[in-house]
Amino acid sequence: MSLTIKDFKLLSERNYEKKPVQKGYNMRTLHADLAGKKFTEKAVSEDMKRRFTGGKGFGLKLLWDGTKPATKWDSPENEIVIAMGPVCGNTNYPGSGKSLVVSISPMTGIPIDSNVGGYFGPYLKFSGFDALELQGKAEKDTIVFIDGTEGRLAFYEAPEGLEFDTHLLAETLTHVFAKDEKSLQAVSVVSAGRGAERSPMGLLNFSLYDKRRQGIRVKQAGRGGIGTVLRDKKIRAIVVRYAGVEQDSNGAVDPAAVQRIGLKLHREIIVNDDKQCKMRKQGTGHLMEVMNDYDLLPTKNHKYGQDPRGPEIASWVWEKLFSQDLPDGCWFGCTMACAHAVDHFELETGPYKGQKVCVDGPEYETAAGVGSNLYVYDPHGILELNFYCDTYGIDTISFGTTTSFLMECWELGILNKERTDGIDLSWGNWKGAAQILHDLVEGKRFGVLACKGVKFLAEHFAKEYKADPQVMKDIALHGKGLEQSEYVSKESLAQQGGYYLTNKGPQHDEAWLIFMDMVNNRIPTFENKAEALHYFPMFRTWFGLQGLCKLPWNDVEPADNAKHKEPNKVPEHVENYCKIYTAITGEPMDSELMIAQSEKVYNFQRAFNVRLGHGRRAEDYPPYRAMGPVFEDEYLARAERYDKLMKERIGVDPVAKSVREKVAITRKWRLEQYDSLIDAVFKRRGWTSDGCPTPEHLEKIGMDIPELIAVVEARMAGKA
Amino acid sequence: MIKYLKMDDAKCVGCMNCTSACSIKYFKEDNPALSCIEVQGKGKNAFHLVSCDQECRRCVAECPTKAISVAPTGIVVINKNLCVGCLACVAVCPIEAMKWYPGGKNPFKCIACGACVKTCPKDALSIEEKEDSPASRFPFEVEARVSRKAAEGGVK
Repeated sequence: MSLTIKDFKLLSERNYEKKPVQKGYNMRTLHADLAGKKFTEKAVSEDMKRRFTGGKGFGLKLLWDGTKPATKWDSPENEIVIAMGPVCGNTNYPGSGKSLVVSISPMTGIPIDSNVGGYFGPYLKFSGFDALELQGKAEKDTIVFIDGTEGRLAFYEAPEGLEFDTHLLAETLTHVFAKDEKSLQAVSVVSAGRGAERSPMGLLNFSLYDKRRQGIRVKQAGRGGIGTVLRDKKIRAIVVRYAGVEQDSNGAVDPAAVQRIGLKLHREIIVNDDKQCKMRKQGTGHLMEVMNDYDLLPTKNHKYGQDPRGPEIASWVWEKLFSQDLPDGCWFGCTMACAHAVDHFELETGPYKGQKVCVDGPEYETAAGVGSNLYVYDPHGILELNFYCDTYGIDTISFGTTTSFLMECWELGILNKERTDGIDLSWGNWKGAAQILHDLVEGKRFGVLACKGVKFLAEHFAKEYKADPQVMKDIALHGKGLEQSEYVSKESLAQQGGYYLTNKGPQHDEAWLIFMDMVNNRIPTFENKAEALHYFPMFRTWFGLQGLCKLPWNDVEPADNAKHKEPNKVPEHVENYCKIYTAITGEPMDSELMIAQSEKVYNFQRAFNVRLGHGRRAEDYPPYRAMGPVFEDEYLARAERYDKLMKERIGVDPVAKSVREKVAITRKWRLEQYDSLIDAVFKRRGWTSDGCPTPEHLEKIGMDIPELIAVVEARMAGKA
Repeated sequence: MIKYLKMDDAKCVGCMNCTSACSIKYFKEDNPALSCIEVQGKGKNAFHLVSCDQECRRCVAECPTKAISVAPTGIVVINKNLCVGCLACVAVCPIEAMKWYPGGKNPFKCIACGACVKTCPKDALSIEEKEDSPASRFPFEVEARVSRKAAEGGVK
């Protein structure tokens, strides 16, 4: 905390012309050449805006232009692009402060995109840029600084004594780069941590200064290892400073309409939230007991979906732990305020043991991932793992799913203390999980090995410890190298598609169809499921194009939502989004145009995978644990359900069959079902049966870009 | 102590002198929509007066930038330099005393200045003082609970 700006050696700087945002756009992006320590402005063309809209669309377009078919995650030309989108930054509509971060992922080798809150994105936008590209690698640890208040860009060398872990680093940098102690809220920092230097599952923390807590808070761009890329580029942090946010900093065409629509949702949240999801009190943690009750809460590496101990980490437990009655939005004007925190939490392990810290979260994914999935029902353990993952810059989802895999390997006898360098990985031992993290940052063998992710570990254990390769493959929950997030998808074929028929790997932001499919049986046929697996991924992609959060879409609903024909789409909120887009950009929008905007970018991303040698059908299959019971005891845990299914759907009488036979019959049938699902989904999406967008389809959706067409034609001709 | 505008509905005759005085003072325009005090007609010559009681302070607790604070006199005030115009305060106000105007950058509210009091022909309005209450203390208590500096004796 004693460092000042004088301690930071200025490497290079330049001024730029500040211009107000107009209709949600700057029509300009910023490129930072890290090796050359040089900033360049790039104009955004009308064509780029029309095809890519903004946010994730701009990110992917810039990433494509900056990289080559042979680019790997650690190639110098790989980029980290942070982009916002036209709706991002308005202060009236809840959930409007998101940044979309893209990069070629160290986990998957294809583009990852991650949606994150915090003040950085809106501040960057108001500073004058629709996106920031980081390219190349710095020689020494560097700070990238964008001063939107003064119109100045600079590279600084990280001085001796500057911390690495986010909770300290971002705090220090906030004080160093703020104009004075009164303006701390005008600074936002993007950083990773020591863990991100040694593991491919490194994340980015985006800070926001909390005036009431008098300290920084962080939100995470968690998935796919972008923090790892940041540290590989020797960037310690990116800092933005922007003072003077106003109601219309976003330059809306009709600011009064933005106010009206925003206020309508504010009021809806204030009135309905307490009766609905309680986001303002519990955040996404409100889902814990719901998932446990519906047999969907990952338990012991997704082997089970519930446990009698579930209530020990239920929503009411988190409500008590979270500090209440605070405006905990991750951007101004988000009255959904789900970014909860536990204050004055005393750590029991690791380098900060005995210190009292603020833990940002846990959110549902974290509480499930490092909680029930590890059979950890001690909220303290979950909080401690949450804190250390964040400050070390490690994704809680990938870490949770990886550690649950390790614990299952321990249970199966594949791991023991000799092989873990003394760490006990029995179910529920959160201190063992924490030790992995502490060992990782110190570069100790098992810590580093354990945090390589399940795809690597499954192959490694099969080779080194002669573990059954099929079992390893079955229980390593990943797609394309990315660990699955925290819903049990076994009993919902549509959700298996929701997870694995995705561009970037199994995460929860494309489609969540479990209730629609499994609980309410609203999409019974393959065609129904395929339609849902077209509509929802496209609809949800739209949030990423605009710089929006998905949660205010359906974690609060109008009181009369149920009267609509398709309540699961929350039609009134869809209408809000169309209106707010028009109020800001002046362009027309309706529910079909939304899908059309998304389809362009979604197909571009798929073609990007193809360009990098991926994007094939074979990469879109789940491990069997995500589809059905791997083991006999797993079958028996739901024997009634599986036996009934066998009789009614498969057409086999289970009575005379052994459990082993029944596991095999179920497996064969489920794999066939999934194959039929892929056929239906790819057809609906306009792709070949191998998962490649066809040139005709690209042309139809307005993406007949010659480079893109060449990539898919080469794949279809068998040349790539 | 909390300074506030006391309103007596029974004395109000609905002349709207108060809304004129208020909107002219702060917006240079005679427009009830730009007045911090609102006169609601209830029929049969009955009226209901609405303005901030300075006591509930839910807006103070809700403001993400702490643009809304409590002055030494107990009045709830908005710092326009800090306000980002999100209107969360408008949504949480239980009596709609936090006002906004379409296209206006900031919300606005009664600060018990007394401009309206002088213009009321029926003595329905007066500036008074009242004691602090659990509600008025609430935002400060919430903040004290989470402040890192307070918890660590000034050290983070």
